Amino acid sequence: MSILINQNTKVVVQGITGKEGAFHTRQCVAYGSNIVAGVTPNKGGSTLDGIPVFNTVGEAVNKTGADVSLIFVPPLFAGDAILESAEAGVPLIVAITEGIPVKSMSKVLAVLKSRGTRLIGPNCPGIITPGKAKVGIMPGHIHKPGVVGVISRSGTLTYEAVWQLTELGIGQSTCLGIGGDPLIGTNFVDALELFAADDETEAVVMIGEIGGTAEEEAAHYIANNFKKPVVSFIAGLSAPPGKRMGHAGAIISGGQGGARAKLDALAAAGAHVVEDPSAIGVKMQEILGG
Amino acid sequence: MKIHEHQAKEIFKSFGIIVPEGKVAGHAAEAYNAAVAFGGGRVVVKAQIHAGGRGKAGGVKVVENPDEASMAAQEIIGASFVTAQTGPDGKICRKVLVEKAVAIKKELYFGILFDRSSRGPVFMASAEGGMEIEELAVSNPEAIIKVPLDPATGFSPYVSRKLAFGLDMEGGTAKHFMKFVANAYRVFDEVNCTLLEVNPLVITQEDGIVALDAKMTFDDNALSFRPDLLAWRDYHEEEPLEILADRYGVDYVKMDGGIGCMVNGAGLAMATMDIILKCGSRPANFLDIKGGANVKNVIRAFTLLMRDDNVKVVLINIFGGIVKCDMVAEGILEAMKHVKVDAPVIARLSGTNAQEARKILDEADFPFITADNLLEAAQKAVSAERGLSQ
Repeated sequence: MSILINQNTKVVVQGITGKEGAFHTRQCVAYGSNIVAGVTPNKGGSTLDGIPVFNTVGEAVNKTGADVSLIFVPPLFAGDAILESAEAGVPLIVAITEGIPVKSMSKVLAVLKSRGTRLIGPNCPGIITPGKAKVGIMPGHIHKPGVVGVISRSGTLTYEAVWQLTELGIGQSTCLGIGGDPLIGTNFVDALELFAADDETEAVVMIGEIGGTAEEEAAHYIANNFKKPVVSFIAGLSAPPGKRMGHAGAIISGGQGGARAKLDALAAAGAHVVEDPSAIGVKMQEILGG
Repeated sequence: MKIHEHQAKEIFKSFGIIVPEGKVAGHAAEAYNAAVAFGGGRVVVKAQIHAGGRGKAGGVKVVENPDEASMAAQEIIGASFVTAQTGPDGKICRKVLVEKAVAIKKELYFGILFDRSSRGPVFMASAEGGMEIEELAVSNPEAIIKVPLDPATGFSPYVSRKLAFGLDMEGGTAKHFMKFVANAYRVFDEVNCTLLEVNPLVITQEDGIVALDAKMTFDDNALSFRPDLLAWRDYHEEEPLEILADRYGVDYVKMDGGIGCMVNGAGLAMATMDIILKCGSRPANFLDIKGGANVKNVIRAFTLLMRDDNVKVVLINIFGGIVKCDMVAEGILEAMKHVKVDAPVIARLSGTNAQEARKILDEADFPFITADNLLEAAQKAVSAERGLSQ
């Protein structure tokens, strides 16, 4: 088992003929993912390495039965691309695009909620179920199949944590980057619910950062509903208020979103909090070993 | 992007929101003339800086005549104001806004912001105007009325009614206030704000509604829809190195320590700063060089770090994923041919082929200090910094 994606997942890539889209499509294929279609308006009928390209998502889904959409469309058109996939009935959408305006995301999320469509991201590395499928931009070879679920708001910091696990021989069930924007489709609590229901996942690494209250909400959920051990790191203890730390969502404002409050909430909820990001893997090893 | 109060008030006016009569003054004589133009009576002289808390810091003065207005402007222009939002160095004020005083019956707080939890705009109002909303949220949260807006439906007049009657308004005041709320949302929506705040919004002696203050933060990701707003960007308000970084397309925030950081990825960049702090020193900056740590971005990063006089030591922390570590190490050596690096460099590359990368750096002409993990790298950076100061 795993969450969200596996070897049977059929992926359509929106923006497949762009530079990023084409590069990462090839990386996903090389990892063994089943990329069944691509979409680029006005390039329907062409192919990328034998993958058929369609003008619309609807056509791609009808012809190939794609059930996950991976989006590399530029920010000002990405909201529209997400809506197109939702309208075509794709149940899971992964948006890699960084820089989508908040107003656009706010409207898109309202539509997705009413349709019951799940969105991962935007501004995220995507999802990987090691050994089975990769729907995203993470380096596949640093992962290893196993029992630890990983959820994170960041990219390279997640790779760092995954690499620590892999080097210690600890594999992962599924790794999920939920995105660094203030408005995202799937939050920590949603992801924890998925891992709670997954038999293969025995423990979870949760990597948060400053901004918002998603970590506090996760702490509340962990305290009341989540039985599996959680190792957690929160980035941004050194961040000053009012300054955006790279990610649009990583900002301490209005007295909310500081790292200390998040760490305290998670520790109080029974999560194993580490303040040294080099120690994520070792902490997990301790827990699984004991 | 942020703009000045007087600019935000221009936008307000164009959307039918009533603001006090006002003029911008760059020196004392202009302030004097403005006060004369407003009838020679009471005016308010307000420092124009991109930070809240100006009143407490002495940046807002109520004066009774043009002579006093001139003196107030003299004091404020060129002075540096330190508020909770400016950092310890404060911000130098270059212009003041001179406004005709308004006869106030009551001060209110009003704001609209994008709320992460409800995933849409939330309206906030309180009868406790003038107070910092953050303080109020802690001391008396019931005093803030919050109305979330469903982004799917957009604005609907019930929002204004809920706020007006929640604030116990009646008659003409309620009517004026509801009109204000609808106009404020039009501003929020049309210029793509993430935050719009009016504190205080006042009820005048004549029961009118006037925006005494105006604060807006724009969604940087939506600026391409409103290129006209870019003309109002005030580079004086920004850190020069942050402006350069913006041009380079990398994410950089100037901090006050001595260890310059070069990292790929925002989360990892924050984690690097955190661990420097944990090891007993302070980072000079946040820097996410983005992408695959290519030669061009590494050159730009070194350029930024070497232009910061506070940087005594450089700490490179790169995760090599799709671009493997040995390639990143070769890239760093190539970049150093193009920019002079005259500080100790601690390098830690993790991920695929990290050992090969370390070997490349250890054998290079430049005396890199290499490390295996982040904690070791931070410790080495801190001790290199201490070694220099002895």
